[in-house]
Amino acid sequence: MTEPAPATNRSFVRLSGVGHRYDPDPAVPPAVTGINLDIRRHEFVAVVGPSGCGKSTLLRMVSGLLMPTEGEVSVFGKQVSGPRDDVGIVFQKPTLLPWLTVRKNVLFPLRHKYGRYSRADEKRADELLAMAGLEGFAGKRPDELSGGMQQRVGIVRALLLNPDILLMDEPFSALDAMTREQIGFDLLKIWEENPKTVLFITHSIAEAVLLADRVLVMSKRPGTVLEVLDVDIPRPRTAHTISEPRFGQLTERLRKHIYAPDAA
Amino acid sequence: MRLTLPEGRARASLLMAAPWLFFLALILLWELVCRAFALPEYVLPAPSAIVEAFFKVEMSRWFTHLWATLKVALMGFAASILVAIPVAIAMMRSELLSRTLYPLLVVIQSTPVVAVAPLIIVLMGSDDPSRVLITCLLTFFPLVVSTATGINETPEELVELSRSLDAPLRRETWQIRIPYAIPHIFSGLRVAITLAIIGAVVAEFVAAEEGLGYFIQFSTSFFRIPQAFAGLFFLAVVSLLLFKSVQWSQQLFFPWSLPRKGSH
Ligand SMILES: Nc1ncnc2c1ncn2[C@@H]1O[C@H](COP(=O)(O)OP(=O)(O)OP(=O)(O)O)[C@@H](O)[C@H]1O
Ligand SMILES: [Mg+2]
Repeated sequence: MTEPAPATNRSFVRLSGVGHRYDPDPAVPPAVTGINLDIRRHEFVAVVGPSGCGKSTLLRMVSGLLMPTEGEVSVFGKQVSGPRDDVGIVFQKPTLLPWLTVRKNVLFPLRHKYGRYSRADEKRADELLAMAGLEGFAGKRPDELSGGMQQRVGIVRALLLNPDILLMDEPFSALDAMTREQIGFDLLKIWEENPKTVLFITHSIAEAVLLADRVLVMSKRPGTVLEVLDVDIPRPRTAHTISEPRFGQLTERLRKHIYAPDAA
Repeated sequence: MRLTLPEGRARASLLMAAPWLFFLALILLWELVCRAFALPEYVLPAPSAIVEAFFKVEMSRWFTHLWATLKVALMGFAASILVAIPVAIAMMRSELLSRTLYPLLVVIQSTPVVAVAPLIIVLMGSDDPSRVLITCLLTFFPLVVSTATGINETPEELVELSRSLDAPLRRETWQIRIPYAIPHIFSGLRVAITLAIIGAVVAEFVAAEEGLGYFIQFSTSFFRIPQAFAGLFFLAVVSLLLFKSVQWSQQLFFPWSLPRKGSH
């Protein structure tokens, strides 16, 4: 992707020596320690690692929901010191509100933060829904939608406030393999149309390589960076990408780092 | 061996009719037993005698008694809702408050209200306020517990979403936690409404000049057993109708909070 903005040269999200320990007892190792990473603006970074290695912890520190106990996280040179509203979060479960329609679920962040929203916001919600392939579902309730559609709504909700940073914590792991692949490509399309800095946690090595510009591999607890892999496969990535030899080489290399068997 | 049911429409209507048929059969059996053994009325009056006794009492008298009981039960129920839900919210907000109040609530709950009722009447006089208080004591606990359980079951992700939006706590409570608690609150309300009737009747047993509980007690003490049974059945029907109206109002106002049809 070409990125004309001068901000590209600078790191957008910077993690310097970041770590977190939940247990103050020094005999217990921290959940995450000594993470150094610079994420460029509008870069797509995937994070893989064994279960319990601290991926979610890392993501929550970037979101400002959790403070690091060592090092610091900064966004655009400013230290993160609390929840920030330029961050959109997508969770593993879509966690939509069952009593609201799809459109109102998408608008929920506005209503929740400011207590109201405008006609223009409604229009924007509808546009985002259309972009995610959910035209005609705006008036439906979440339980009338399939799991994949619900997760699309979850993504659209995270995009509503037009955040600079999109944090996704295993967003597709509750979906079946086919839905998962499709929604991955759709995410890439949305991301190419509305570039964002993405931190994407996944258990699937193939998914990480398919979607990301770089893949961060974390070690077992205490979670540290084992490797940061550049995915030099040109975009746009499609279903054909999977059959390219470079894709196989990269996934093979990542697989060596991971002891747990790959889910996908 | 299993009972095999016919298919389709026939099966549906059989399922609908089964409890009524069973009920009817029981009444018939009762009538037959009373006639066959020529049981005296003060031992067990026949259903026909009970029906007869019911119509011997003037309708206006029934309604006076009904109103007296209903008034206390509904006032107690309403007061209980008004107190229990805010208390449950406050207890969820503050661990200190929760630790302080919970033992007291358990003590109140495990003290038999029948034993406390005479003391309350002595203390506060034999008027509606003391009867409402007795009703409240009975209905309060299940409401607090169900509301608190519901509030606690709010998905952690939504709480994080709210925090990441830096929304006021008030909105987290009203837009996320309370709606999530609705199904639990309603199961608490269903228990509480039947307890409210019990509370009102217990209060009437201790001291009253009208009400269905009073009517039953007074009929019994004059050995008008069929009339007492008539009062009892009337009370049961009223109690059932109240229970159903709680269900109906949930269906009417919070249809999303009910399990989906078919999933039972
Ligand atoms: N709130 C908490 N309090 C105490 N310990 C925690 C807390 N949250 C996570 N942990 C611990 O920190 C470690 C890292 O947890 P985290 O959820 O970040 O891992 P993860 O890589 O996201 O795991 P998974 O792949 O299963 O989602 C785990 O050992 C976990 O038990
Ligand atoms: Mg996790």
